[in-house]
Amino acid sequence: MHARDLAKRFGDFEAVKGIDLDVRPGEAFGFLGPNGAGKSSTMRMVACVSPRTGGELTVLGMDPLAQGPRIRARLGVVPQQDNLDSELTVRENLHVYGRYFGLSRAHVRAKAVELLEFAQLSDRADDQVEPLSGGMKRRLTIARSLINEPELLLLDEPTTGLDPQARHLLWDRLFRLKQQGVTLIVTTHYMDEAEQLCDRLVVMDAGRIVAEGSPAELIAQYSTREVLELRFAPGTQDVAAVADLASRVEELPDRLLLYTADGEAALAAAHARGITPLSSLVRRSTLEDVFLRLTGRTLVD
Amino acid sequence: MAITAHVPSPPRAAWLVVEGLWTWYRRNWRSSVVSSVLQPVLYLVALGFGFGSQVRAGAATEGLPYVQYLAPALLVASATQTAAFESTYPVLSAFKWQRTYLGVTATPITSGQLVAGQLTWIVLRLGFSAVAFLLVAALLGALTGPGVLLSLVFALLTAMAFAAPVVAYAATIDSEGQQFNVVFRFIVMPMTMFAGTFFPVEQLPAWVRPLVWLTPLWHGTELSRAAAFGSMELLPTLGHLAYLVALLGVGAHLARRTFLRRLAV
Ligand SMILES: Nc1ncnc2c1ncn2[C@@H]1O[C@H](COP(=O)(O)OP(=O)(O)OP(=O)(O)O)[C@@H](O)[C@H]1O
Ligand SMILES: [Mg+2]
Repeated sequence: MHARDLAKRFGDFEAVKGIDLDVRPGEAFGFLGPNGAGKSSTMRMVACVSPRTGGELTVLGMDPLAQGPRIRARLGVVPQQDNLDSELTVRENLHVYGRYFGLSRAHVRAKAVELLEFAQLSDRADDQVEPLSGGMKRRLTIARSLINEPELLLLDEPTTGLDPQARHLLWDRLFRLKQQGVTLIVTTHYMDEAEQLCDRLVVMDAGRIVAEGSPAELIAQYSTREVLELRFAPGTQDVAAVADLASRVEELPDRLLLYTADGEAALAAAHARGITPLSSLVRRSTLEDVFLRLTGRTLVD
Repeated sequence: MAITAHVPSPPRAAWLVVEGLWTWYRRNWRSSVVSSVLQPVLYLVALGFGFGSQVRAGAATEGLPYVQYLAPALLVASATQTAAFESTYPVLSAFKWQRTYLGVTATPITSGQLVAGQLTWIVLRLGFSAVAFLLVAALLGALTGPGVLLSLVFALLTAMAFAAPVVAYAATIDSEGQQFNVVFRFIVMPMTMFAGTFFPVEQLPAWVRPLVWLTPLWHGTELSRAAAFGSMELLPTLGHLAYLVALLGVGAHLARRTFLRRLAV
């Protein structure tokens, strides 16, 4: 996938403001960004369901505007909002969807059994979708996206609403797909997900890409090695008192984050000044810190 | 056996959409039989035989017993009513509540093929009901002869001439569908009452008649009765057909546009 100055405008509002992207075959690529950053808008353009309003876009070597159906035949799409047919059974959802890719009944039937196993839905196969839990529906949507054995899989917040066990299971499955050579493009609000899954990612904010790199590169470039978290009772934290102890200080409603190469040293210095937080924690920088730095917001809001 | 994903040919793609809708229907047909088959049969019995027993066969009934005069028109009217239902809530739901159309257009199927499939499905769906109605009507002795097979074709054409623009309209709706009640109350209902199903439009005041001529139902009813009673004449037939085909064509074209506008955003 290749994009240059890619833009999406809804009426007067520009949701994606000219982004450049290259995703190589076999890569796992991530989009991080706060609500409304334009992640889904971008994904929908790549999925060839939403026509771009500016710039260039090539997916699997073809132009979505000219060859949408041919590209879509080779894509797997997990949209942010499920669009299963809740009045059909779990299995029927897979059958009907698979047929749209020109696959034979016998093939779709066999493939459905395999995917139900994959999504751990075999025992619910002949139940209606309607009463399934949100996480089960999500797993079915993900299973459905694999029915055509896609070369490129687009996952828009795949694990939102899944319990921790289901998330880890899904990461494992996605990792296996990646090993089979499937290219993955994922949007997420979870930095652990991005760190686990993505070889490379971009941070989007307000329709623009504000940073790009591997998780480790981004942390090295935009954050310090360690972070000291000081938690205070509401209304008692004072940024000015610790400002000179770290290269940067972020203020969150309930705590201060001090960015420094040596967290323990900063903590000792704070204690020496008579600062008494309710609790303190020294940890390594994560993508969450990169995100906070770049967008001024936390990932999960 | 196709084991690799590919782009189905356009007719095949539309057919796959029909297949998907059929999968739903197979599971849920019972609920719709009441409204689409039982209801017209009840009309036929209550109005055709019951009320009709008080109507003397004469010029107004083309010399036939009222029930036989009514049957071919009721065929068209009930197909059109079912069409109105099938092209409103199911379409809105597939955009808004179930969002299944969004799923379909993420596959190689295009929005135009989706429209073609949805309309084809509606014809088939009406076809089942209409055939069931004809069988019952035949058993009850309400039919005049094999001419009703041609009436059946005209009934489906009429219903689709009405369904296509309604499908196009349904694709523009983003509410809970309150507007559909307006369609039912102010278009479908009066059309069924006054467009010649139960009595000849010549009985209506002159100023109302041009309104009736605008309805697809009137054209379809004229065609259906003429076919059933073997009284077809070339020019009126061509005129009615042209009007219905034009309405269907315009409706289908509009539906392609409204689907595309709704889906490709
Ligand atoms: N169909 C549409 N019409 C008008 N505006 C839209 C449409 N779709 C998205 N937008 C707007 O575009 C902006 C970007 O939306 P988008 O869904 O791409 O964000 P996102 O990064 O996926 O956010 P989230 O994390 O909440 O899913 C938002 O301000 C949204 O309101
Ligand atoms: Mg989104």
